[in-house]
Amino acid sequence: MASHHLKVPKTIKLFIGGEFPRTESGRSFPVVRHGTDAHFAHLCRASRKDFRNAVAAAKAALASWERRTAYNRAQILYRMAEMCEGKRDEFAEVLCYTQGLSNDAAQKAVDAAIDAFVYYAGYADKYQQVIGNLNPVSGPHLCFTAAEPVGVVAALFDENSTLDEITAGLSAIICSGNTVVALLPGVTGTLLAPLAEVFATSDLPKGVVNLLTGDVSELAPQFGSHMEVQAVSVQTKNEALLAELKIAGAENLKRVAPPMQTNLGLNNILQFVEYKTVWHPVGY
Amino acid sequence: MLVKRAKAALNIETPTPSARPVTLSFEYAPSLESADIVKLKPRYGLYIDGKMVEPSSGRYFPTVNPATEAVLTEIAEATEKDVDRAVQAARKAYEKVWSKLSGRERGRYLFRIARIIQERAREFAVLETLDNGKPIRESRDIDIPLVAAHFFYHAGWADKLQDAFPGREISSLGVVGQVIPWNFPLLMAAWKIAPALACGNTVVLKPAETTPLTALLLTEVFEEAGLPPGVVNIVTGAGATGAALVSHPDVDKVAFTGSTEVGKEILEATAKTNKKLTLELGGKSAHIVFEDAALDQAVEGVVNGIYFNQGHVCCAGSRLLLEESIAETFIEKLKKRIDKIRVGNPLDKNTDIGAINSKREFEKIQRLVALGKEEGGEFYEPAGTVLPAKGYFHKPCFFANVSSSFTLSRIEIFGPVLTISTFRTPQEAIMKANDTSYGLAAGIWSEKGSKIQKVASALKAGVIWANTYNKFDPSAPFGGYFESGFGREGGRHGLLPYLEEK
Amino acid sequence: MRSITVRGPEGRLLPILVPPVDEVGAQERADFFTKRSIKKESKLQALYLAIRMCDLTTLEGADTPGKVLQLCAKAKSPVPPGLFAAFAEKKKLEPIPSVAAVCVYPSMVKVAADVLRGTGIHIASVATAFPSGQAPLSTKLDDTRFAVEQGADEIDMVINRGAFLSGRYQEVFDEIRAVKEACGPAHLKVILETGELGSLDKIRLAAEIAMEAGADFIKTSTGKIQPAATLPVTLVMLQSIADFYRRTGKKIGMKPAGGIRTAKQAIQYLCMVNETLGPEWLTPDLFRFGASALLNDLLKQIFKEATGRYYYEKAFSLD
Repeated sequence: MASHHLKVPKTIKLFIGGEFPRTESGRSFPVVRHGTDAHFAHLCRASRKDFRNAVAAAKAALASWERRTAYNRAQILYRMAEMCEGKRDEFAEVLCYTQGLSNDAAQKAVDAAIDAFVYYAGYADKYQQVIGNLNPVSGPHLCFTAAEPVGVVAALFDENSTLDEITAGLSAIICSGNTVVALLPGVTGTLLAPLAEVFATSDLPKGVVNLLTGDVSELAPQFGSHMEVQAVSVQTKNEALLAELKIAGAENLKRVAPPMQTNLGLNNILQFVEYKTVWHPVGY
Repeated sequence: MLVKRAKAALNIETPTPSARPVTLSFEYAPSLESADIVKLKPRYGLYIDGKMVEPSSGRYFPTVNPATEAVLTEIAEATEKDVDRAVQAARKAYEKVWSKLSGRERGRYLFRIARIIQERAREFAVLETLDNGKPIRESRDIDIPLVAAHFFYHAGWADKLQDAFPGREISSLGVVGQVIPWNFPLLMAAWKIAPALACGNTVVLKPAETTPLTALLLTEVFEEAGLPPGVVNIVTGAGATGAALVSHPDVDKVAFTGSTEVGKEILEATAKTNKKLTLELGGKSAHIVFEDAALDQAVEGVVNGIYFNQGHVCCAGSRLLLEESIAETFIEKLKKRIDKIRVGNPLDKNTDIGAINSKREFEKIQRLVALGKEEGGEFYEPAGTVLPAKGYFHKPCFFANVSSSFTLSRIEIFGPVLTISTFRTPQEAIMKANDTSYGLAAGIWSEKGSKIQKVASALKAGVIWANTYNKFDPSAPFGGYFESGFGREGGRHGLLPYLEEK
Repeated sequence: MRSITVRGPEGRLLPILVPPVDEVGAQERADFFTKRSIKKESKLQALYLAIRMCDLTTLEGADTPGKVLQLCAKAKSPVPPGLFAAFAEKKKLEPIPSVAAVCVYPSMVKVAADVLRGTGIHIASVATAFPSGQAPLSTKLDDTRFAVEQGADEIDMVINRGAFLSGRYQEVFDEIRAVKEACGPAHLKVILETGELGSLDKIRLAAEIAMEAGADFIKTSTGKIQPAATLPVTLVMLQSIADFYRRTGKKIGMKPAGGIRTAKQAIQYLCMVNETLGPEWLTPDLFRFGASALLNDLLKQIFKEATGRYYYEKAFSLD
């Protein structure tokens, strides 16, 4: 007797402050299986208010996250790699259904996503040693320069962003102590559920990573204009949008970072740090 | 009405506070960590090419629990032939496997090792305490967490070496021979193995003959992590085994931590070769307390500086230099503080000082204390401290009014023995601190930042701690000046000795 | 070393030395006491002692005679002796002692005094415009005298933090002296309200001023401000007491208050006292806990030690 199990599909919601709310606007948009008209899921179309809530959550998480030891942040990023490994098949399934990847290609994409977590886990307690230094100033002063996180970062991904671009982009931002609000637009929004579950189960403090789904055109102006946001990571190759964000962000001198050249690289971290130079006298 | 009823309700005889004894003698009952977690085999072989093998000599020697003097198990004695086998295995693993892996893959193994050590942390801590005699509180809260942190930190470097040294073409060296001491057995193994593997080398490690057990347990972790055979080999034995390893012609680099005496022998033994060498040797580190220091915290720092790990610390703050104006107060506070130090069973969670690691070291400390008394230092040890009848236990103690010309000011005691002298000016403090052939570490206590910086820049030592002491971190380079050795371990600088520039 | 000078009795200049405190070192040392492992008979002994050190407290705007009477009943017999006797005999337990004191507002002192007279339990009262301390000195002194007249034999005063933080140390000193005088025979506990002082250096300074001005006890907090008592703050105050004792031979008491809710925490404090001041301070005459929730957890742990069974809230009365 063949048992007939009617699958329970997962509702994909937003990820804000460690919780999984629906958009306050009640709006959604459908996503279909790649190359077909078959329904896959309804994703939340996040509103400007959802974005503001996410920024508030990111701001609230900042003080505790940036004060963590670098070693602790490294351990948590590595834990994300572990959790991601455990959700490998779920990620692969989403990629197959929604982006039309073969199973092999999907598994490779997950490998690369895990590599990104591990890579930045390794960098959390090292980027300071590579970029910070003692400055040989003339005179009886000890002078050194150290990097610090900029604060709340908004990350704008592309409808074609790959899973590893997303994990690399987010890891690079949080590894130095920033917190982030990210928009996974269009079909990439289907990755929100497993990704958010990775972040929610990795001992990451609530609010360090916040994920939204929805439209770039609707939310991008908010990314640029919100004064609590100190930097924007633009992972969509759209020169006009980049310029628009720079103009919108001019009011609070937002740092606007263009798309990453490669997924794994020190520069992706350095886009989102400030340098602090400390002078101290040397004398009895 | 309410009051009346309540009065009636209270009218039951109960003891009043005054009927009880006034004070309490607060003796902490023994709180023993169970040793059941450790499963010892009757004897241990050598770990060569991923397998436990018998020593070619067939000879084994005992390893002893210094807290009870009982034999724990038997350890294989590696001969020159065994060392050669281990080096060959390391060479083969280097050429066939390890040097062909990407940094990312090497890092992946090291991350796994770090995680498994975290998972088996308590087992390692108890075994370390059994074999070494150090208090479980220290092996549990300091040694083992630092071991895991070292593997974790270096795992992250494996694929970032080019970022560490931009613009330079770097590569691994080959086979590394490493000889480590008994004071932090597993931690020293981690300090050696983690950077070597991260940089792409393979390893033959010789643990100290009195404390080989945690390094041997570490081989199980390598197995569990799937580390390819031969990448790390462990040969046990005494001085002869170590000598065979460092002078083996196919060893490209030697890393040694131990006494200055043996360090000099190794330097001579490798002089006619191209072997790279790092030596982390002894010390006689000065601990300077100025009158503007936070005195209560400085007392803690001094106690931690000299009595941590029974004083078996190469960077121990063994020479205390006190500004004259506060010397009397400070010594009074120090006496009160060391009266409270608990010496005893290392497995008791409330023990602060455990057992001296071996009879030989124990007798050496006793000899030097007797000599100090002869030389005329003012000796103090807590009168109330009762030592266990069996095992090698030594009270924390100090000699005040010591001159720089006393033997005790000049030689490394490697035990819970502090010498105290005074100074009047910062210049004098610096002169006295630098008046030694060593140069490993120093401590400075003052609440004035600029003074700390000026004194720190004048001290000739590899590590300077200000308003703290005996802090270790995988990201912080460690090593000495002068007869304390050369080369650094930890941090970005600690990678260099395991790399060569093309 | 920092020092301030205040004018003492008969206008004499009184220098007060204030050694610096290193926060990181103090925190490390305080953390050490969380690693002590107190078991078996030592634990039982500590739990009994902690009960005898409790200042059972109610300081609410909603306090009524009824509430205070219930608190007094609990203070005298934390568990009903009649119900406890058989259990104690079977488990070879000593009787559960009374607490050290009840601590109430001045208006409630008489209620407590009437029922506690002759029990040996002290009656402590907060005074001096508790908790803010923002009232004229005359009001504070009246407050104090009233509480003593009503039967309080211990006064818990708050220092004038406004004056302290703006550097008017003489004012703080004079106020404590005046209150001490108003106390007459009653013991004076001086609350520094450490959560408002900003640094351990300032806490050390406030402790020195309080002791020089005549405090019998120094106390961390009102319980109305966060953070209240913490281990590092208490450590620094204990070290001030040690130095004062070395200098003057006078033993000052210590009372951490607020935030100590569990037996485990209480034992950490006792270890800290034991290893900082010595066992001679392990007496209710020199060490108190300002707490209310702590008492039931101490009882719970005593029952657990006796039976091996973990107890639930319902086992003990909630007053």
